[in-house]
Amino acid sequence: MFSRAYRAAITVPPLVWVAVFLLLPYALLFCYSFWSVSSSQEIVHSWTLDNYRQLLRVNVYWQTLLRSMWIAARVTIFSLLLGYPLAYYLSFCAGKRKDLLYQLVIIPLWVSYLVRAYAWKTILGSDGVLNTLLQYVHLTSHPLDFLLYSPFAVVLTLTHIYTPFTFLPIYAALEHIPRNLVEASHDLGASPFQTFWRVIFPLSIPGVLAGATFAFVLSLGDFLAPLLLGGPSGIMISNIVVSLFGAAYNWPLGAAISFCMLALVLALLSLSESLEKKWSFR
Amino acid sequence: MELSMNQRERTVPTSRWLPWHAIVVFAFLYLPIVTLIVYSFNGSGVGGFPPRDLTLNWYRQLFADDAIWTSVLNSLLVAFAAMAISLAFGIPAALALDRANFPGKALFRRLVLLPLILPGIITGLSLLMLFQAGNVKLSLLTIVLGHGTALISVATTEVFAGLQKLDRTQEEASLDLGANYWQTFWRVTLPNLRLSIIGAALLIFTLSMDEIAVSFFLIGRDNTLPLEIWGRLRRGITPEINAISTIIFIFSLAAIVTWYRLRAKAEPELIL
Repeated sequence: MFSRAYRAAITVPPLVWVAVFLLLPYALLFCYSFWSVSSSQEIVHSWTLDNYRQLLRVNVYWQTLLRSMWIAARVTIFSLLLGYPLAYYLSFCAGKRKDLLYQLVIIPLWVSYLVRAYAWKTILGSDGVLNTLLQYVHLTSHPLDFLLYSPFAVVLTLTHIYTPFTFLPIYAALEHIPRNLVEASHDLGASPFQTFWRVIFPLSIPGVLAGATFAFVLSLGDFLAPLLLGGPSGIMISNIVVSLFGAAYNWPLGAAISFCMLALVLALLSLSESLEKKWSFR
Repeated sequence: MELSMNQRERTVPTSRWLPWHAIVVFAFLYLPIVTLIVYSFNGSGVGGFPPRDLTLNWYRQLFADDAIWTSVLNSLLVAFAAMAISLAFGIPAALALDRANFPGKALFRRLVLLPLILPGIITGLSLLMLFQAGNVKLSLLTIVLGHGTALISVATTEVFAGLQKLDRTQEEASLDLGANYWQTFWRVTLPNLRLSIIGAALLIFTLSMDEIAVSFFLIGRDNTLPLEIWGRLRRGITPEINAISTIIFIFSLAAIVTWYRLRAKAEPELIL
């Protein structure tokens, strides 16, 4: 029904823009990861696998990557533990208050990510709100200093940031479950427990996968929360990349790490996509 | 009706712990926000319980702080420009994905949506390399290009969702009645998509105002608001940040309420 000129007009400009400002930069990242830096701090454009070899050889790099994945995994689990029951409550039990409560989950997203991380810093610090509160009610006499500048602070903050993001797809999946399936399960004699685990939960798995992927991938690549709240033991892989692009000035090595992250993310996305397909009944 | 509702409620598996869990999650979500707001009025600075000496001093200091307001202005400028770019390319991209077949369509779809899920650091670095290779000096313009490109994903998903709900017969009727493609696009397709477009625009605007990972690498001499805040945080904590965040939060709330009013007004006629 559409003419060729119309199709060209809607296709060509976005294709060109995306090719120049997305495809080309990602390709450039890939190229950089095979280049190197000379002693006079110039980029040497000859191809080498040295950067990738270094990633495997130097413990700090892959250990930090593993730690980042472990932090991201904890964030994902906690976000699901907080987000799933909340989504379930809103979708099935909240009745008329559903829309209002839904808005209440969304509103924190409108407060800047950076500002929320900063707010946790003011809560967790050694003379922060929590510590002074604990001393005020005489629960402790000294400030607890393990709260801030630790992986704990990073996990807590990132969980706070990504819980609404995991909530959203789970809620959408739960809302799409036809309610008569639940009634049918009840009428056929299933207990509430069985109805949940054999009808509702399997149908919500695509939402869980989408939310989990989102939380894991975005917290894996985060570098601001660790810088702000992580301290030396909370350093994540992106912090290493930032320093390689800044003071350490080794763009090629930084590009190699970034490209590994990119590959990991793409692998996770296609994994979760194929799992979602497997579990979607529509 | 009343009876069947009650019956339905009873068949749903539930637990008396669920409301308590919800309360705990909401407390967790709102604790930092409430703290932020309360301590913007706290005379003795951030931290320290209980808050004491209520004051508007931090707001007074904030209003005299030119660097912050310059950065707010920069952020607004970037957000509007990014919005224009993302919509200008995101709307056609959504139309193309909906109604055109071209080689590489699957790759294109993935590529457009990638910045939405990819950690910002990767997009930021890649663009930094592009600008470095092209000898482009870093400035607000590079940030605009970065935000505009990354947020095409948002415009595309929102408008694509709108297109899925669109009644194709209206466009066919318009073409049958002798309008050409452009008239049909401007007079039928676009007006029908206006809610998706306004929604996308609002989302792009707020995401750009808050964006820091991509901007972090593309910043020149002029700061956007998040980068200005970031710079100050590295130097230490100041309640001025609480004050500016509180003001922006209130503006955002006003924006959401307006948006829902707008949609509530428009939705009935959409159903018709």
